[in-house]
Amino acid sequence: MLLSIRSLTKVFPGTRALDDVDLDIAAGEVHALLGENGAGKSTLIKCLTGAYLRDGGTITLEGAPIDPRSTLQAQELGIGTVYQEVNLLPNLTVAQNLMFGREPRRFGLIDMRGMRSQARATLAQYGLSIDVDRDLGSYSVAIQQIVAIARAVEISGKVLILDEPTASLDAAEVAMVFDVVRGLRDRGMAIVFVSHFLDQVFDLADRVTILRNGRRVASQPIVGLSRMALVEQMLGRALEEVVASPAPEAEQAPAMLHFDGIGRAGVVAPFDLTVAAGEVVGLAGLLGSGRTETAEMLFGIRPAQTGTARDADGPLDLRHPRAAIAAGFGFAPEDRKTDGIVADLSIRENIILGLQARRGWARPIPRAEQNRLADDYIRQLDIRTSGREKPIGELSGGNQQKAVLARWLAMNPRFLILDEPTRGIDVGAHAEILRLIRTLTDKGLSLLLISSELDELVAVADRVIVLRDRAHVAQLTGAAVGADAIMHAIAGTGDAA
Amino acid sequence: MNTRLLPLYATIAIFVLAYALAYSQFPAMLSTRVIGNLLTDNAYLGIVAVGMTLVILSGGIDLSVGSVIAFSGVFIAVALRDTGLHPLAVFAALLLLTTVFGAGMGFLIDRLAMPAFIVTLAGMFLARGAAYLLSVQAVPITHPFYKLLQDAYWLMPGRGRLTLIGVLMLAVVALGAVVAHRTRFGTSVYALGGGAQTARLMGVPQGRTTVLVYAFSGLMAGLSGIVFSVYTGSGYSLATVGTELTAIAAVVIGGTLLTGGSGTMIGTLVGVLTMGLIQTYIVFDGSLSSWWTKIVIGLLLLGFILLQKGLLRLSQRGR
Repeated sequence: MLLSIRSLTKVFPGTRALDDVDLDIAAGEVHALLGENGAGKSTLIKCLTGAYLRDGGTITLEGAPIDPRSTLQAQELGIGTVYQEVNLLPNLTVAQNLMFGREPRRFGLIDMRGMRSQARATLAQYGLSIDVDRDLGSYSVAIQQIVAIARAVEISGKVLILDEPTASLDAAEVAMVFDVVRGLRDRGMAIVFVSHFLDQVFDLADRVTILRNGRRVASQPIVGLSRMALVEQMLGRALEEVVASPAPEAEQAPAMLHFDGIGRAGVVAPFDLTVAAGEVVGLAGLLGSGRTETAEMLFGIRPAQTGTARDADGPLDLRHPRAAIAAGFGFAPEDRKTDGIVADLSIRENIILGLQARRGWARPIPRAEQNRLADDYIRQLDIRTSGREKPIGELSGGNQQKAVLARWLAMNPRFLILDEPTRGIDVGAHAEILRLIRTLTDKGLSLLLISSELDELVAVADRVIVLRDRAHVAQLTGAAVGADAIMHAIAGTGDAA
Repeated sequence: MNTRLLPLYATIAIFVLAYALAYSQFPAMLSTRVIGNLLTDNAYLGIVAVGMTLVILSGGIDLSVGSVIAFSGVFIAVALRDTGLHPLAVFAALLLLTTVFGAGMGFLIDRLAMPAFIVTLAGMFLARGAAYLLSVQAVPITHPFYKLLQDAYWLMPGRGRLTLIGVLMLAVVALGAVVAHRTRFGTSVYALGGGAQTARLMGVPQGRTTVLVYAFSGLMAGLSGIVFSVYTGSGYSLATVGTELTAIAAVVIGGTLLTGGSGTMIGTLVGVLTMGLIQTYIVFDGSLSSWWTKIVIGLLLLGFILLQKGLLRLSQRGR
């Protein structure tokens, strides 16, 4: 084995991000590393590249134990990394980027001609023949990515880590990058490949290791492995364990909102969606499948380029969040701490924020009215706090989430998008939020619920839409909503699609 | 075409156009006398702008240089008045002092991860205060060596004088260009300006580069102070107030991106000369208020900022 990891452990306060993980990577193989959010993939990679110092275990490269303490040191040892966002400088030329730190010099000055010809020779090995004197930023992301790979290989040359290298590439560009990666594999490099795209994993990888909750679930050759088995291992549930809880009988309410052929190039493939009053539509899919992107598109954060939205009264303008709010939409984003709350403001201020923004700042809501609203929602949603003036940052995650909900409810929306509303919330509050969702829909509010927890979707959603590789691939309704069916659809097997 | 060089071409085009306009009105503008004076009058600004260019390329700013120039003048004048040291010895001591001063600011900026703006603002007050401390009054410099420096020039055809300080400025620009474009240090400066995080991952020694950048700016400010003292023949603690901002303006008009990572030394020279040209034109005209210089420079600056924003948009769309 070229690279061997034994009992790698990394502890953060409160969690074991990596727990006794073993991993072997051979020269001349592409080894895919898979896992959901929080599985420990990025922690593992950061331990390899020296960004994190491990708390336990050994890493051996070519039989010798290594202990990289910085990315630079890891590079010198032979471990190079290429990230999703190209980690080169767009304002330098291709040659400068490729040769930085290794420029040929004459009399102490950089030998421009020598640098150019070396850069050209290097890129020729990757099938690139481009003007190396142009800024890197003037080339497509795919070419930048290949230059980044070339640089990593030139400097390190033993192990190449590709961390979501294709996330911002289109299909043709992905093929181009993959050709380069295959060429490197055939030259005997060991390649670690991290991707959310299962198709790409099956396309490129020779072996696959799956992590879940900081532990290694399995390492196996990809040949003979089914998608279903892979998804099962990632999500951590065997089918027979699943007890499909009966979904509440979906009444055939008339559709309130129609989205026709709505999509955005490179983000979400066009799809149709109708939402009835009081309906909960769930969005399921692996990380990176386009769930959050769908929500952001509907709410006008990254507006749709194709398709139309309309309600009973006519077309809706969803080109930016203000327009979406005016249309009666609400959106509680996934990252509550940065996108959802203003931590230093009080609960009251956080709750009235949206309402006040809609009224315009010139017409402040009277303080008495603010107090009434805040107290009202604190009681209604059972927000546990010593009072409405407490800074919201001091509340627990579940209570913060309730306050964010209260902010939207105060605006009386008809369609609310909840992106992972129960992430980072303890079990008790989790159940409460789900109950709350039910009572809201009983009053006629429609919801779009994004969740990676299948049980949650099964428990709450009337209908589940499954996304894979940024496209809507399946829709499950009523009794068909079950964890196994969703999982089949995510994996792209079975008859669900 | 390389979009990075577009601002430079724009700068040169504006300079040539402005010169042509001035020439059509006052044919004497093209004489070697005017050109010689343009270089001499703006020598101190050109030198300090070379240091500023490197600082801005690295993504920083140096507000201390105007005060450092004034301090340098007073330091030299007082040292020559009160000690028997030869001016060259005083120059050496001064350059060492301003270089260390710059390096110190760079060290603070890097180690404390503080904004360059605030650290160099402190440096600005410090240097100005130190100048007052040495002397509140203007101190004339009467050393015979100074007379030698002031009278050193080459008489160009057409009776224009190419002075020592003018030539020094051109040499410094050439030196700056070599440092910025042909050394690993220079590439590191561009890399830092392009993105500090990425630059670190690529192996740029961030701390050393930052210290060196501000040390270089300090050295240039000291050199500029020497040139300014030769130019004015005195040291005065109230001199060159706001010169740091004029230098920044020259750098930006010269096509350097204020956020760092993109620009050229030669552009800065053209920027300095463009500003000098406007001044010269107003002198030639005679009826215009000298405040028109500021107004035109303000408009030029605005134009360049818009141009750079436009180019940025263009390059992003091009992908």
